[in-house]
Amino acid sequence: MISINDSSEFESMKMRSVGLNAWFGAKQALKDINVAVKANAVTAIIGPSGCGKSTLIRCFNRMHELVPGAKTSGQVLLDGKDIYSGDIDPVMIRRRVGMVFQKPNPFPTMSIYDNVAAGLKLTGMKKGKNLDEVVRRSLEQATLWEEVKNDLNNPGTSISGGQQQRLCIARAIALQPEVILMDEPCSALDPIATARIEELVVQLKNQYTVVIVTHNMQQAARVSDFTAFMYLGRLIEFGDTSSVFENPRSELTEKYITGKFG
Amino acid sequence: MFTSYAMRKFKNRFFFFLCLLCVVAAVLPLLSILYEVVVRGAPQLSLQFLTQGPGTIGQSAGGIGPAIQGSLILIGLTSLIGVPVGILSGVYLAEYGNNKYADAMRTINDMLTEFPSIVIGITVSAVVVSLIIGRYSAIAGAVALAFMMIPIVARTTEESLKLVPNSVREASLALGVHKWRTTVSVVLPAARAGLVTGTLLSVARIAGETAPLIMTILGNTYFFLGFDQPMDALPLRIYRNSLQPYQDLQAQGWGAALVLVLIVLAINVGVRFASRGRFRR
Repeated sequence: MISINDSSEFESMKMRSVGLNAWFGAKQALKDINVAVKANAVTAIIGPSGCGKSTLIRCFNRMHELVPGAKTSGQVLLDGKDIYSGDIDPVMIRRRVGMVFQKPNPFPTMSIYDNVAAGLKLTGMKKGKNLDEVVRRSLEQATLWEEVKNDLNNPGTSISGGQQQRLCIARAIALQPEVILMDEPCSALDPIATARIEELVVQLKNQYTVVIVTHNMQQAARVSDFTAFMYLGRLIEFGDTSSVFENPRSELTEKYITGKFG
Repeated sequence: MFTSYAMRKFKNRFFFFLCLLCVVAAVLPLLSILYEVVVRGAPQLSLQFLTQGPGTIGQSAGGIGPAIQGSLILIGLTSLIGVPVGILSGVYLAEYGNNKYADAMRTINDMLTEFPSIVIGITVSAVVVSLIIGRYSAIAGAVALAFMMIPIVARTTEESLKLVPNSVREASLALGVHKWRTTVSVVLPAARAGLVTGTLLSVARIAGETAPLIMTILGNTYFFLGFDQPMDALPLRIYRNSLQPYQDLQAQGWGAALVLVLIVLAINVGVRFASRGRFRR
């Protein structure tokens, strides 16, 4: 059990936000968020549509600020260092904190192989690395290798939606990030593809720290170790997944997980 | 019941007939131009006509070789200036153009697209021909045509880059790829068909321009003499020959017209192939 009040454990977290606010123009999307992400664990962020869960993880790799008019205040600490401090290059943060999006978005002009190798090639990090090996290892970790190993030169968009999403996961882990952020990675997929991604998420935590946004509470309960519940831009409850689901402290959380709203 | 059905059918046929009539009215002039050009130009076509310079007046032997060569050089030279500038402008407008400078640039760009070509010609003539080079020259013609090409390429580049879904940019940026690298290696390749189409359309547009050339490359009857020397081009040859009192020269003008039409048609067919979705899903 971790709690926001237990400061010593809170501070040793892989990532955490301190008084994080975020805006789209004049509209405030996040209000004073203090949340922590434990290393080699899966943290799920749940909440109804528009509660700010996607905005929150987009603040974790500084993707939020790419939206015109978007801004943030407060801190996001990665290994104790604020990624929003002036001397930090957001590009370097994104190499350490990878992201998988809601809709599979492989690069349309690239082959399966090039999609996985793109991160290393385009960031100039391929020096001294065996690309073939990286591609193979990444696809294996994303449990896609067996399905595509004979079609590596086919376009990345030629495979099914679920396979494309695993390709995007392979593309993210090819850079060996420390944290992988997943923004509703299964919402565009059928139940079977969803189940495969969920298995994969659980495997990934052995090597990576995973944060997954989901509007599917069962999914959060199945894959995550910790759960944060957000509502209207605020963090309502955060803790062990089992205690959040079985023994919620907030009445709002209880109403949401029992399906009374949202 | 029956009468209203018959009436409805009649109205349907009537308006269909009206539409057909309008289509014919629109296409007829184009077809008659094509017909005229082919009928008058085709007899001229021969290897000699396409490769040799004009002969002495009065002799029917002679060709439009210099004009074809000049047009091709002009297209190449113009593209060398116009395509990079146009594509880079389009990239700026699409990828970095969320500010008032870009809005101003967009307006100016649209104005330039519709700008009278004769005015571009006279300006380039006053600056490049009179002040910089000091004589009618191929390079001055290319500069004038580049002013016409750049806005077209910039506009089509911007439009095709905007068609690339934002999710593709985000995918690259989220990998920690720099924005310029994302644009060059991910966004531009995804918009390739659109870029090729825009470029070819702009080439087709400038290939037939005459007005700016009169005051810049002047036209002559020799094969390529140098980039700083006067040069011939197909539209100029058509224009000059049509003013001649000699029938054989007029006939050569028709031949040149047919060659020009064929080049423009070939480019248009090329556009259709280029824009056929290799990258469409």
